[in-house]
Amino acid sequence: MRIEKRLQDSQLMVYLSPLLALLLTLISGALLFALLGRPPLGSLYTFFIAPISDLYGLSELAVKVTPLLLCAIGLTLCFKAKIWNIGAEGQFVFGALIGGAVTLQLAESEGVWVLPAIIASGALAGLAWAAIAALLLTRFNANEILTTIMLNYIAVNLLLWAVHGPLKDPDGLNFPESALFASQTLLPVLFEDYRVSIAIFIALFMLVVIWVVLTRTLLGFQLRVMGENHNAARFAGFKSKTLIWLLLCFSGAMAGVAAISETNGPVGQLIPTLSLGYGYAAIIVVFMGRMHPLGILLASCLLGLTYLGGEMAQIDQGLPKSITGLFQGMLLFYLLACDLLISYRVVPNSRIAKPAASAQ
Amino acid sequence: MDISLIENILFAMVRTGTPLLLVALGAMMSERSGVLNLGQEGMILVGAACGFIAAYAGGSLGWGVLAAVVAGVVVSLIFAFIALTLISNQVATGLALTIFGTGLSAFLGAAYVGQTVTGFAPIAIPFLSDIPLIGQALFAQDLLVYLSFILFAAVFVVMRYTRLGLIIRAVGENPEVAHALGYKVMVVRYCAVMFGGAMAGLAGAYLSLAYTPMWSEGIAAGRGWIALALVVFASWRTERILFGAWLFGFASILHLLLQGYGYEISPNLLAMLPYVVTIIVLVMMMYRQKNQGLFAPRSLGQPYHPLK
Amino acid sequence: MSEKKAMRLELLSLTKAYPGCIANDAVSLQVAPGEIHALLGENGAGKSTLMKMIYGVVKPDAGQMTWNDREVNITGPAHARQLGMGMVFQHFSLFETLTVTENIALYLTPAEYGTLNLLRTRIIAVGDEYSLAINPDRLVHSLSVGEQQRVEIIRCLLQDIQLLILDEPTAVLTPPEVAQLIEVLKKLAHKGCSILFISHKLHEVNALCDKATILRGGKVTGTCIPSETSPAEMARLMLGDELELQDTMPAGSAGECLLALDKIEVKPRDAFAIHLQDIQLQLHAGEILGLAGVAGNGQDELVDLINGELGSDSGSLIFHGKNIGNTGVQERRNMGLGVVPADRIGRGALGNMSLTENNLLTSYINQSGKFGWLNWPAIKARATDIIATYKVKATGADASAKSLSGGNLQKFIIGREILQNPNVLVCFHPTWGVDVGAANLIHQELIKLRDKGAAILVISEDLDELYLLADRLGALCGGRLSPLAPKAQVPLAQLGQWMTGNFGSIATETAAMEVAHAH
Repeated sequence: MRIEKRLQDSQLMVYLSPLLALLLTLISGALLFALLGRPPLGSLYTFFIAPISDLYGLSELAVKVTPLLLCAIGLTLCFKAKIWNIGAEGQFVFGALIGGAVTLQLAESEGVWVLPAIIASGALAGLAWAAIAALLLTRFNANEILTTIMLNYIAVNLLLWAVHGPLKDPDGLNFPESALFASQTLLPVLFEDYRVSIAIFIALFMLVVIWVVLTRTLLGFQLRVMGENHNAARFAGFKSKTLIWLLLCFSGAMAGVAAISETNGPVGQLIPTLSLGYGYAAIIVVFMGRMHPLGILLASCLLGLTYLGGEMAQIDQGLPKSITGLFQGMLLFYLLACDLLISYRVVPNSRIAKPAASAQ
Repeated sequence: MDISLIENILFAMVRTGTPLLLVALGAMMSERSGVLNLGQEGMILVGAACGFIAAYAGGSLGWGVLAAVVAGVVVSLIFAFIALTLISNQVATGLALTIFGTGLSAFLGAAYVGQTVTGFAPIAIPFLSDIPLIGQALFAQDLLVYLSFILFAAVFVVMRYTRLGLIIRAVGENPEVAHALGYKVMVVRYCAVMFGGAMAGLAGAYLSLAYTPMWSEGIAAGRGWIALALVVFASWRTERILFGAWLFGFASILHLLLQGYGYEISPNLLAMLPYVVTIIVLVMMMYRQKNQGLFAPRSLGQPYHPLK
Repeated sequence: MSEKKAMRLELLSLTKAYPGCIANDAVSLQVAPGEIHALLGENGAGKSTLMKMIYGVVKPDAGQMTWNDREVNITGPAHARQLGMGMVFQHFSLFETLTVTENIALYLTPAEYGTLNLLRTRIIAVGDEYSLAINPDRLVHSLSVGEQQRVEIIRCLLQDIQLLILDEPTAVLTPPEVAQLIEVLKKLAHKGCSILFISHKLHEVNALCDKATILRGGKVTGTCIPSETSPAEMARLMLGDELELQDTMPAGSAGECLLALDKIEVKPRDAFAIHLQDIQLQLHAGEILGLAGVAGNGQDELVDLINGELGSDSGSLIFHGKNIGNTGVQERRNMGLGVVPADRIGRGALGNMSLTENNLLTSYINQSGKFGWLNWPAIKARATDIIATYKVKATGADASAKSLSGGNLQKFIIGREILQNPNVLVCFHPTWGVDVGAANLIHQELIKLRDKGAAILVISEDLDELYLLADRLGALCGGRLSPLAPKAQVPLAQLGQWMTGNFGSIATETAAMEVAHAH
């Protein structure tokens, strides 16, 4: 067997590869469940089907999709330009922190401006956190992967400090949590008894926005060129520093809005374990979704499902919740493996023919 | 300043720096051969979990260390297969390894949270450990720390003085040329990645069997990422990695110094210090490198397909 | 029956096919001991692939090879080396961040060189013997291209060499260096070493080689003895009957000065950059200025400077009477500047993007709407236009750039720029690695553009191309510009001297003689 480069990338494999990866993950999952002494197909059902088998389940899926999609929207633009923003997690947490602080301040306030102000504060905080990385990259050439990851850890520690200290609920029996947010500062839900909020519409709207930007505007073209080759972008006169700032700040803002959708939504307060790794899962969403708006929508649903599945597996089967992370990691591994088939072909080794030597 | 305070700090600095030293040595080898493996954090965690489980279940620390190293190598092979043989995007594959390793270690270790083992105890080398100031720090540590010193020396010698080191550097600089000259680029890279996996696994074993003899999900606390920054800080030079590891170790235990002076600062704020220091150091080094020409191996992170 | 003469190397019907093309089709070749044998062919004829098969980098699909009359199956470069083959690559196979000694140590086996110190001494000894002096402790990236080639040659000489293969060795040498190389090769052949000299330059092959095998389109079109064959016949074997090549082009007539560089200095931005100093240059409408110079003498910096990617530290850049020192790339394009960079893939075009998108790479200046709104049908139409006008062989405007051959992609890139009606066009290695048909078309289009009133700067290593196209000539060496003079006043010897950094003028009596030989 040997690997041979294709003349042209296979468009078919671009769409087939994530499906193939999903299939391989399911098979591996079944094997894993069997190894653990659980019924393979039944456990897969518990993980992937059961959580969305009723209306409440679907709305819970939407609740998970909202922050994932919002983060993924920002990251898609960054990754397309090969700006590896791994800091969505930290931008999310910092956005939550500042948004939460503002929310607590506005606990007594009324008015139609309260919610927009809170969303804006979350967005601006996420933006600011990402701007740090942008500054370090453009001004000092500091690798964004490492700086954004360091900022993730710093943000998480800032949150811990805040809920243990200044933002701790005075009536909270000394738990490291903030006070519950006042009801007018929470995002309105779409339907009574279901937790999905209007934030899902913000996400879908932004999805359309980046779709247009990517396919129809010079900005979209510029960031795609930058992602293909820096030198070509410079040669063409695209201002890469401006693009870096723009894309990082935008994705930071999206992560901030994602945070508000969680803290001023299903969670309702600031707690130490705010982010369930949405920032990292969003990265998987972007890759599974082929950095295409429609793709990341579908991939957010899939990744959201893995969260619900993990919770269900814990309740139903007594399996640790970390099985979610295991499935997510497997998905990405399989996807990257299957992606080989986009640019390359696997062929059997050819025979070397030896004709009779001709006299010259 | 109190001598014993300095001695305590130096001792803690070497201890804390040990996992960073191990991971950074492994990551550096891998990067010198041209492979960027961002999955260090995942490999450490898998090593820590497997090491702890093996030691707990098998009743001996030796089994634990062995299991940790093997686990590290095995997960690094997944990365190597996808990134090298299947020519994938190395950044994404490394991230996948981190996410997968985090999840796998949490999953495996779930049943063992809160359990303890008797970890590695310090073994003082007679006479040498009595040297003032540095004696305790260098010669009164546990076995794994001594092992890390030996590994450091070995890597240093190999990279600087042996043909193998020359070949690794060549493969990392220009794999096409290395291939044209007849060197087996894939084999060299696979070995370098596996070495990185072994080192990360060993670092994980250190964390769960010596540093804090227990398993918890957050036990690595970003050390894998800090080690990657450390390699950049050291400009991919072995000798500087030791210095860097101790520098970061120092940043992590700064609270000891401050407590020694009677300052009380929130532990969460202090916990941010190593990450802040990492950023500062990274910025300084990369800014300098931009202006002086890159020290990174030329082909670092580039997908490579041997054309036949 | 006459005795069959012993052959050093014999290729019997070697064939190699890649998806989409047959690189070598039943190629047969014979090299005798001590013979200097040329493998002649234009870009794209299949020389590189054949050479890779001989050296074991690539396995043939069919055919046989014999070495010293015994059949061999070359398993890899190490095996080829063991047999006694040495290779000097076109794109040097050296590790730039290692020293000369370390590089050669990696080429040989430890058994062959013993210790690094021993190797050092041998390197110096061989260098002296063949007048190829080189300092073994220097890092390769600090060497000039000519010096790097010397390293490649010396390392071949350090082994027990029976066949030396050189791939387009003179492409990166100044004329004096070419003469020196020819001396080294003759000396080697005299000692019994066979030489396989791969080239597309007829006059060099004539000066040096005993026999020549000519390749066209992957097949052998003939074998001849250069000293007994007319250049016209050899050209016909190389290029075929259909091609009508021009060896002179109509001259241009200079108009007003469109672009002027006045006392420009650009300090090196990093360890690998060249310091541009005291650059004084004027581009006139209706004229082509040709700059010669081996790679690494400041050409990259000069093109980046004019393009707008690099700023000058002193001096001024005047475009249409305006000082554009502070304007960016986009503004310069708006003013009518076009640039064709040296790297087709990676700079001039994006391999993974379609030709439509690659068109937009520079045409966005005049093809994007308000707020950057893109009208893709119009952009695609322009791309289709380029494909048709420049006879680009592609499946359509949606084909990816990397699916095109070098020549076709270069035609597309040049067409893209010319269709935007630039009034100043900078071409950096416009026909490097391009097949002769495409090169011909590109040359004609450049002349047409010049005659419409544009000012064109051509920077190239191909002296034949420069003498064909340019109205005025000069050379870049070590970041400095030679005097610029009309072509008739710059014989080859003069240009060659300028390329080595000596900017004085040579005796004019020989000038007339030399100009005749320049083409």
